[in-house]
Amino acid sequence: MEWETVIGLEIHTQLATRSKIFSGAATAYGAEPNTQACAVDLGLPGVLPVLNGEVVRMAIKFGLAIDAEITPLSVFARKNYFYPDLPKGYQISQFELPIVGKGQVTIELADGSSKVVGVTRAHLEEDAGKSLHEDFHGMTGIDLNRAGTPLLEIVSEPDMRSAQEAVAYMRKIHSIVRYIEISDGNMQEGSFRCDANVSVRPKGQKEFGTRAELKNINSFRFVEKAIELEVERQIDILESGGTVVQETRLYDANRNETRSMRSKEEAMDYRYFPDPDLLPVQVTDEDIEKVRQTLPELPDAKKARFVEDYSLSSEDAGILTASRELSIYFETVVEGCGEAKLAANWVMGELGGYLNRENLDIGNSPVSAEMLAGMLKRISDNTIYGKIAKEVFEAMWKGEGDADAIIDSKGLKQITDSGAIESLIDEVLANNPKQVEEYRGGKEKMLGFFVGQIMKATGGKANPGQVNQILKEKLKGG
Amino acid sequence: MSVDKSDIEKIAHLARLQIDEADVADYTTHLANILDLVAQMNSVDTEHVTPMAHPMDAVQRLREDVVTETNQREHFQAIAPQVEDGLYLVPRVIE
Amino acid sequence: MHTKTIAELAAGLRDKAFSSEELTRETLARIRQHNEATNSFITVSDELALAQAREADRKLAAGEAGPLTGIPIAQKDIFCTDGVLTTCGSRMLENFIAPYDATVIRRFGQAGAVMVGKTNMDEFAMGSSNETSYYGPVRNPWDLDSVPGGSSGGSAAAVAALMVPGATGTDTGGSIRQPAALCGITGLKPTYGRVSRYGMIAFASSLDQAGPLARTAEDAALMLNAMAGFDERDSTSIEREVPDYSAELNRDLQGLKIGLPKEYFSEGLDDAVARVIEAAIDEYRKLGAEVVEISLPNSNLAVPVYYVVAPAECSSNLSRFDGVRFGHRCEDPRDLEDLYKRSRGEGFGAEVKRRIMIGTYALSAGYYDAYYLKAQKIRHLISDDFRQAFDKVDVIMGPTSPGTAFKLGEKTDDPITMYLSDIYTIAVNLAGLPGMSVPAGQVNGLPVGLQIIGNYFDESRLLNVAHRFQQVTDHHRQIPSGFA
Repeated sequence: MEWETVIGLEIHTQLATRSKIFSGAATAYGAEPNTQACAVDLGLPGVLPVLNGEVVRMAIKFGLAIDAEITPLSVFARKNYFYPDLPKGYQISQFELPIVGKGQVTIELADGSSKVVGVTRAHLEEDAGKSLHEDFHGMTGIDLNRAGTPLLEIVSEPDMRSAQEAVAYMRKIHSIVRYIEISDGNMQEGSFRCDANVSVRPKGQKEFGTRAELKNINSFRFVEKAIELEVERQIDILESGGTVVQETRLYDANRNETRSMRSKEEAMDYRYFPDPDLLPVQVTDEDIEKVRQTLPELPDAKKARFVEDYSLSSEDAGILTASRELSIYFETVVEGCGEAKLAANWVMGELGGYLNRENLDIGNSPVSAEMLAGMLKRISDNTIYGKIAKEVFEAMWKGEGDADAIIDSKGLKQITDSGAIESLIDEVLANNPKQVEEYRGGKEKMLGFFVGQIMKATGGKANPGQVNQILKEKLKGG
Repeated sequence: MSVDKSDIEKIAHLARLQIDEADVADYTTHLANILDLVAQMNSVDTEHVTPMAHPMDAVQRLREDVVTETNQREHFQAIAPQVEDGLYLVPRVIE
Repeated sequence: MHTKTIAELAAGLRDKAFSSEELTRETLARIRQHNEATNSFITVSDELALAQAREADRKLAAGEAGPLTGIPIAQKDIFCTDGVLTTCGSRMLENFIAPYDATVIRRFGQAGAVMVGKTNMDEFAMGSSNETSYYGPVRNPWDLDSVPGGSSGGSAAAVAALMVPGATGTDTGGSIRQPAALCGITGLKPTYGRVSRYGMIAFASSLDQAGPLARTAEDAALMLNAMAGFDERDSTSIEREVPDYSAELNRDLQGLKIGLPKEYFSEGLDDAVARVIEAAIDEYRKLGAEVVEISLPNSNLAVPVYYVVAPAECSSNLSRFDGVRFGHRCEDPRDLEDLYKRSRGEGFGAEVKRRIMIGTYALSAGYYDAYYLKAQKIRHLISDDFRQAFDKVDVIMGPTSPGTAFKLGEKTDDPITMYLSDIYTIAVNLAGLPGMSVPAGQVNGLPVGLQIIGNYFDESRLLNVAHRFQQVTDHHRQIPSGFA
């Protein structure tokens, strides 16, 4: 039988605020345990939540970025369950009336086509703390620093049909939240993580199959792997005549397997009800307009502009706009050197390679956009050419200064004085009469030999085009 | 409205309350009585009534995004039943 | 000194007739003398009180004193008090030294009041008789075999027994007004949102409101002046100017329109109590008020709605008591579930557990619409009844409680009957309105309270209406024998 995979994602993105969603405690990552958990975060008796206005603006910003409806009066509800990392015994979240309603994003598929994925809703909520399972005499330690950190949970429609589509969607959301600067998207620190609802059904069947929820996946690679494994597992079950159980599963990256997390015999009964400690959150048209003013150019629009303005291929434009930092870097280079194609080749080629090798973000590149532009200018004005340029780039990467300084100190400037080149050529031709004869006898391949000799004599600094041209004239002249 | 022992056990579990076996009957009677009392609500047609979650017809006030709290871990943990290395300790959590 | 009101004591302090330290010492002595009989206090904070009194004397000497500077006040043990045991009447918080101050505590501190102790109360404010306290029942100074009412029973008894001139209470379904009525004192529940709930241990968040208990409306006004006001730590507190509640006390009542809801004078009301209330209404006629009959047609639904909304909210509010970060923790938990179930099972008393159970049930899957949502809709109808009434009248009057103080143990086996004793007070909380109880007379030596309900933020008018009554009557001056 042919199977079809159905995937929906719930992405939790941590909002980049200074203070927590309902308290004035700091949200900084990596503090000593429980030093950023104030009375409100600890759920001490008598404390009350007060909503951070910044999270509301950030949620609106996201809503606008995905063309979604913004709810004029949204409501915070309590999701009740007991867990040691949940101090109040309930999580303040949004249930019936989320702040962001239906929206959509477009993803690019491997075959070059694109697909629209629906976003059902996005709602604000507080994060829980962390359980540490190291050995405390067989006990678990609870750190509540993260409790109360603002999250935007972005829920997709079950529109994705493969692990690859799921990854493309996740990347797209990741790029949007970073473009609009509502989240740092840092996956190692848990600022961007997702749950995947996965089911399979016979191709052509309308009803969805029973789904499993894969919890807390925090990398693009793991999403793909976890989904693929889960699909395989479900198909195996179905093909051997079994039934898939609705449950929560955990992806174990070390063992490369998914396993059942908590038994669902006790169906979760969260007893949602509107939080009486908080009032409805009002968003007026005026509020929305104010946020709209702060919205930067979004990835899709920027990509279209790159194709149009810089005559880049759609693929290159896609790569260069995948992150806002990279797109800004690229445009700074273009501005500095004036040649978009050249800039694109270097940013995606040499620079991309170095960054990859050293596992660095564009933000941490030792070669700034201005430095790269400075070097590319020297290629444009024929001061250096390709091979030398790579040498200059490497030196810049190692922190030896900017392009001009390196060219100067290493004496890498191209010899462009045609008189000097002519005399060099004369010398080479005079020293190699036999080869000259051969060339003139029709062995045109010998041209390469002469070019090589000349480059050797100049330490590679002669302009190959210029050398070629003069050589051909001289050899013709006889 | 009838309530039976298994309802009481289910609710007690949801609420994480240990209830003595001997008290189950009392809880059952009490809950049934309350549900009878509450059933009076059914005498009113509320189809076109909006629910009232708050006495005040107001909207949420928004706080500025500033850090106002300082570290008070020692103070807060002085009243905690069991802490170690700044962490609250609970019996091992199995996922 | 103990027979003096707050206003009289404040005058004495200003005139240097006595110091706050002398007053405080005498108050502490009187508490020691009478607490055994009434069990009004869970904690008496001698040292803290004397330190605050000395600071108050310094302010008095420096001429920086306000009306409450140096006045001994008792706080209901529901308000978190930094460094002081705060039990909320529960075994759950038997060892809970609060690590911060409730806004109400902070405001009294800023006003220079002296906190002499924390008063007994029904566990987590759930009760109408003060019998659910883990620290033993409070006894009514008018009859030590009767209940003082609840949940602010310790505060009401402490004021009635002249142990303190004023105390704080909280009112979720009548918990200030009903004990005030049963103990023969004056109690005010302000408009929801008028007094900050920050640091007040929550029972039912959309109903809870703190207010003063004192002997006179004049004193209640002085206390409310200190308590009321916007608090940025409470999202439900209202950003609205606070009037001087003492300013309007003497306003003439000529032309005041009083509404008497016919539903508050029907079956269930004790005849003798009804006669006391009618006599009080006659006093108002003499003061120039116009009395009209009104109807609050959904009154009979207030108790059913309340017993869905309040338990639902409490079931969630009390989830934080889990034995992990504070409060009672069971011995040697086998596993996490055992930790939760035994800590909560041991820490909470029977009534609290009953209400958590009801609330959990009402919110659980499949029942939400039939119970919680339905209740919130009827709550709207109840609230609309009042809105319509206040189009026609200035204040609404009726009995605070259907009867006088009942005997200890009389209703403990029948929670539903107990719940019905709040029949006249609950609707006010559901609507969020301000309400008062003032002493209106006695039946068989036990006090009867007249309830006065006002429109939103009309506390000044309530205090005025109560104060004028107290100027022409002496019910509020009665002192229980044995406590003179």
